Amino acid sequence: MSIQLKNISKSFGETMAVDRVEFTVAEGELVALLGPSGGGKTTVLRMIAGLEIPTAGDILVRGHRVNDLPVQRRNIGFVFQNYALFKTMSVRENIQFGLKIKKWKRSEIESRVTELMELFGLQGLERRYPHQLSGGQRQRVAIARSMAPKPSVLLLDEPFGAVDAKIRQELREWLVRLHHELNVTTVFVTHDQEEAMEVANRIVIFSRGRLEQIGTPRDVYENPANEFVARFIGVMNVLECVVKGGQAHAGELSFPAGGAPDGTQMRIGFRPYAVMVSTDLTQYPHRARVLHTFFLGILLRVEFELPSGLVVRGRMTKEEYGLLGLEDDREVSLQIKNYRILARDDAPLGSELPSPQPTPPHIAENI
Amino acid sequence: MASAFQRRVGESRRKSQRGAEETPLVKWILISLSGLFLLVFLLIPLVNVFAQALAKGVGAYFEALTNPDTMSSIRLTLLTAAICVPLNVVFGVCAAWAVAKFEFRGKALLITLIDLPFSVSPVVAGLIYVVVFGLQGYLGPWLAERDIQIIFAVPGIVLATLFVTFPFVARELIPVMQATGTDQEQAAMTLGASGWQTFWRVTLPSVKWGLLYGIILCNARAMGEFGAVSVVSGHISGVTDTMPLRVEKLYIGYDSTGAFAVASLLALLALVTLVLKTWFEWRQERLFEAAQRSDPGEATHDTRSDRT
Repeated sequence: MSIQLKNISKSFGETMAVDRVEFTVAEGELVALLGPSGGGKTTVLRMIAGLEIPTAGDILVRGHRVNDLPVQRRNIGFVFQNYALFKTMSVRENIQFGLKIKKWKRSEIESRVTELMELFGLQGLERRYPHQLSGGQRQRVAIARSMAPKPSVLLLDEPFGAVDAKIRQELREWLVRLHHELNVTTVFVTHDQEEAMEVANRIVIFSRGRLEQIGTPRDVYENPANEFVARFIGVMNVLECVVKGGQAHAGELSFPAGGAPDGTQMRIGFRPYAVMVSTDLTQYPHRARVLHTFFLGILLRVEFELPSGLVVRGRMTKEEYGLLGLEDDREVSLQIKNYRILARDDAPLGSELPSPQPTPPHIAENI
Repeated sequence: MASAFQRRVGESRRKSQRGAEETPLVKWILISLSGLFLLVFLLIPLVNVFAQALAKGVGAYFEALTNPDTMSSIRLTLLTAAICVPLNVVFGVCAAWAVAKFEFRGKALLITLIDLPFSVSPVVAGLIYVVVFGLQGYLGPWLAERDIQIIFAVPGIVLATLFVTFPFVARELIPVMQATGTDQEQAAMTLGASGWQTFWRVTLPSVKWGLLYGIILCNARAMGEFGAVSVVSGHISGVTDTMPLRVEKLYIGYDSTGAFAVASLLALLALVTLVLKTWFEWRQERLFEAAQRSDPGEATHDTRSDRT
C-alpha cells in the first residue's frame, strides 16, 4: 500500500472541503480523483503532498504516518495545474532544481537530467526558458522536474487542463505510457470523466467533499454506487416519474416501479445505448420523432421526441444510423432496454433492470 | 493585444496621411511646445547647475568639493543612504511578502500605512521625531539621562530619512509579487527546498528587477531628502549637514560655486537614477511581456515541435 488515507477531513473556516474520506492507493497504481469542481479532490491531493494540513484523520505513505512531515520531506513529486515552472530558470535548471537542493553529486545530476530529457522528449530545449515553450512542452518539463528526485509518489493536479484538445489527447496517452515504463504510484486530479476513464486504473469519485465511489473505470460505469456517480460518469437519461398502478410513468414511457406504492415520486435513469430504435413503426411500443442528430465522430448522439414532448437521448454508430435510414424528423418506434431506479425517496441505488417487454433482436445485431 | 495596438498605431498614421493638411502642423506645434517647455524648465536649469558649478574653473569646483564641511556632508549623506536603503529593502520585502502572499485582517490598513509617507509632508515627518525624541518630547528626558542624542544628531537624520523612504521598495515589490503568486514557491517546497532556500532561489530572482528599481528610487530619495532632515538635523556644519542641507547653507552664505558644486553631484545622482530607472522599466516591461506569453492559457501551441 503506497498511500493510505484514514478518515481524512479538511475544513476551511465554516466550509467542509473534505469530509471523512478514506481510500488507499496501491504501489504502482495510476489513480484518478474525479469530481465536479469544488468537490474537494484538489484539497485531497494537496493534503497527500503536505501543502494542506488535514483537520482530522491520518495520511500514511508506505506505512508511515506523514501528517506531521513537512512537504519538503515527503518525497513526493507534485505537478501543479499551471505547471508553476521557475520562470527565471532554463529547462535544465528547472529539472535539476530538486537534485541540487537534495545535494546530489554533480555527475549524478548530469546523468539524471540527461536521462529525463531523453525520456520526456525534451532534447534540444535545455537552454530554453518556460516562456519559450509550448503548453505541451511546459507540462513535460513540469513532470520531469517533479520526477527528477525519484519521488515515491507522483501527484498531478488537473494535468491536462491547460492545453488544447489535440495535445491533451497526446498527453494522456503519453502519461499512460510513462506510467507503464516507470511504474511510479501516480494520483491525478481531473474533472473530466472521460479523461479519468481513459487514463486511470482506478477512479475515486468525489462530490461536495465526500467520497462517492472507488472502482475501476468499468466498475463505476456499470455499477455506480449512487445516483450522483450514475449521472456523473457517462451520459444518462434521467426521467422524473410518478408511480401509478405499480408502474413509474414519465410521458408515454413506463417502467415497473419495483413495488413502490402509488403516488411515489421516483427518478428513472437509462444509458443512451439502452434506447432501441426502429424505422418499423410497429416493432417497438413507443412512437417518436428524430429531433436532432449530433455527430461526435464515430458515434452519433440522437435525440428522439415522443408525442408528449419527452426527449430521450440515444447513441449509435454511424453505420447503425445509416442502416436504419434515420434522418432528422424521421418517425421511428423505440423502447428502453435497461433502466435503473435512481432515487425512490432517497433509497440507495438499485441495480440495472431489464425492461419487461419482449425485446425483439436489435436491428444492428441482425447484420 | 500587441497586434491590436500596432493596428491602432497604423490606423492613426494612415489617417494623418490622408487627413487635412494642418495635422502635421498640429503635431509639429505640440511636439515643439512640449520640447520648449522641457528645455526652459528642466534642461536649461540643469545645465545651469553644472555651468554655475564650473563657472570659476575646474580647480575651483574641486576645491569647493574638497572643503572639509562639504566632504563631511557627502560622507553623512552616503552613511544615511547606506543605513536606510538596506533597512528599507528588508522592510519592503517583508511588507510586500505579507501583502502579496497572505490574506489577513488589516491588510488594507497596512497598505495605507505603507503609503503614509507619500502623503505626509516631509516637514511633518521631521517634526514627528522631534516630538518623540526631542528634549521636550516624550522620550527626550529619558534619553537625555542616558546621554543618548537623537534629535540634532545623526540618528535623527537616519530616522527621518527612513520614514520618508520606506514606501519605495514595498510599493515596487507588491505588484510584482502579487503577479507571480505562490505557485513557484510551493513547487520549490515540494522539491525539498526549505523556506530560506525557496526565498533565495525562487522568490528573489523572480522579483529581482522590481527590487532593484525600488532600491534605486529609495536611494535617490534617501540622498536627496531635504524637508524632514532639515527639521531634525540642527544644521551643525561638518556634523549634521547632509548634502541637500549643505547646498542650502552654502547658497545662503553667497558661496555659489560651492552650492552649485554640491548641487551638481546631487543632479548627477538624479541623472544616473533616471537612466537606471528607464533601463529597469524597459527590462521589466520585456519580462512582463514574456510572462504574459508564458501564461499557458494564452500560449500558442507549437504542435510541430511537440514530440509527444
